[in-house]
Amino acid sequence: MTAIERGGRPHRPVSARQLSARGYLVLSWVVPVLLLAGWEAMARFGFIQPHVLPAPSKVALTAWKLTISGALPGDLGVSLIRAAVGFAIGGGIGFALGILVGFSRMAEAVIDRSVQMVRAIPFLALLPLVIVWFGVGESQKIFLVALGVGFPIYINTVLGIRQVDAKLLELGRVQGLGTRELIRRIILPGAMPSILTGVRFALATAWLALVVAETIGSQSGLGFLAMDAREFLRTDVIVLTILIYAAIGVLADTLARSLEKRLLQWHPNFGSRR
Amino acid sequence: MNAHAEVATASAVTVRSLRRAYGARVVIEGLDLRIARGEFVALLGQSGCGKTTLLRALAGLDPIEGGDIEVAGRPAVVFQEHRLLPWESLWRNVTLGLDGADARDRAEAALAEVGLGGRLDDWPRNLSGGQAQRVALARALVQEPALLLLDEPFAALDALTRIRMHALVRDLVDRHQPGVLLVTHDVDEAITLADRILVMRDGHIAAEHRSTEKHVTPEFRARLLAELGVSSDRD
Ligand SMILES: Nc1ncnc2c1ncn2[C@@H]1O[C@H](COP(=O)(O)OP(=O)(O)O)[C@@H](O)[C@H]1O
Ligand SMILES: [Mg+2]
Repeated sequence: MTAIERGGRPHRPVSARQLSARGYLVLSWVVPVLLLAGWEAMARFGFIQPHVLPAPSKVALTAWKLTISGALPGDLGVSLIRAAVGFAIGGGIGFALGILVGFSRMAEAVIDRSVQMVRAIPFLALLPLVIVWFGVGESQKIFLVALGVGFPIYINTVLGIRQVDAKLLELGRVQGLGTRELIRRIILPGAMPSILTGVRFALATAWLALVVAETIGSQSGLGFLAMDAREFLRTDVIVLTILIYAAIGVLADTLARSLEKRLLQWHPNFGSRR
Repeated sequence: MNAHAEVATASAVTVRSLRRAYGARVVIEGLDLRIARGEFVALLGQSGCGKTTLLRALAGLDPIEGGDIEVAGRPAVVFQEHRLLPWESLWRNVTLGLDGADARDRAEAALAEVGLGGRLDDWPRNLSGGQAQRVALARALVQEPALLLLDEPFAALDALTRIRMHALVRDLVDRHQPGVLLVTHDVDEAITLADRILVMRDGHIAAEHRSTEKHVTPEFRARLLAELGVSSDRD
């Protein structure tokens, strides 16, 4: 309609001493780059022994060599598959239980307390028990990942469904929506921000679970690469795996964020304005 | 569809000796009401007298403890808040609960009627309060309801926007001819919009007035205010 009715956003006041957005971006990268350069210099001039911490350039070279030899892609692939399978199983179960409990007081009475009690255990504390059950094979790793993923997804799904605006549910009834439509158009979208928060938490725990599981008794995967390197004091390989773990964690988070951006376009905190 | 001659007299809603209570607290008792299709009725009453309770009962949102309510078809409701689904585009919002392949076309027509024709694919968050309430009106009217229930839909709007909304609503109602029950605590709004004004007190309709041009005198206004328990010289 008219310009008055639309209402604009106030501009942020810019004081003369503030940098431009670009200036801040550049500055925020200066410190990490300096740290890296310092590390390189210290290693080169022998202030840090190679078996304590290798120079960044050495790590980069190792990365290149291991990629060429096929060892790194192989182990990375194994780790990613474990994470994906564990995530699918744990996420699927957590989501299904969350939906059930979110919709039915009966299901809540039957399921929720037990889940909350199990959740009180830090899931990594179960590792010794999990090893007794599954040994140190694939199932142990996948189980641990699934366990770490299931809880955040479950909790945030229940929470999301419970937090759907009662006034919108009422509107749905007024408009004559059936149960299916009510779920599809009001409850699930309303719960989506919370569910996706759960997904992001789950991605982080999945990764953590995998690091721990692979560090103990692996014949393949990134954790195996690191533990194998430890025996030969190959700190360059160890640092490399640590960096890869970090990179994949960041990548997973980026993935979750872009999912949020896509699915929550409508949400003022996530979507891009248009 | 009703034949044209029938429309003028057909009842949009008929209420007989309605009783509503929240636990032991009786809010509505022995309330009778009839609204014809095409008739614009305003319901005045002090805050807390049970106007919303009545409207919710008519909308079928709450169970009733006694009496009966006959509504022609499913009533449409516009609440004080717009209640647009923030995750759906305007046209999807307007057609919520509507099925059929021509849904988008109908939404387009309905949005055009409320002056938002070009914004089918926009998001609710980009709307002002007045615009959002207009979309809520479009969503109600696209259903072609026989009964339109409005619960203080303009109360949260600024005075200027409210005046524009009054004209729009009057126009839309003239065009679509639903029976309208407008809940308000604004005497002037009731006088401006309604054909008939009801005053609710003590759980029932305590007074009733035709509100045609010739009645809209300062005396009429003063009388309504007195019935609402407001001394007329205060405002
Ligand atoms: N859900 C409820 N539970 C108990 N009492 C209620 C509820 N809703 C409304 N009431 C009471 O019923 C009376 C009528 O409320 P309401 O219909 O909302 O009034 P109005 O819309 O006329 O301002 C008020 O006294 C209010 O406190
Ligand atoms: Mg009210």
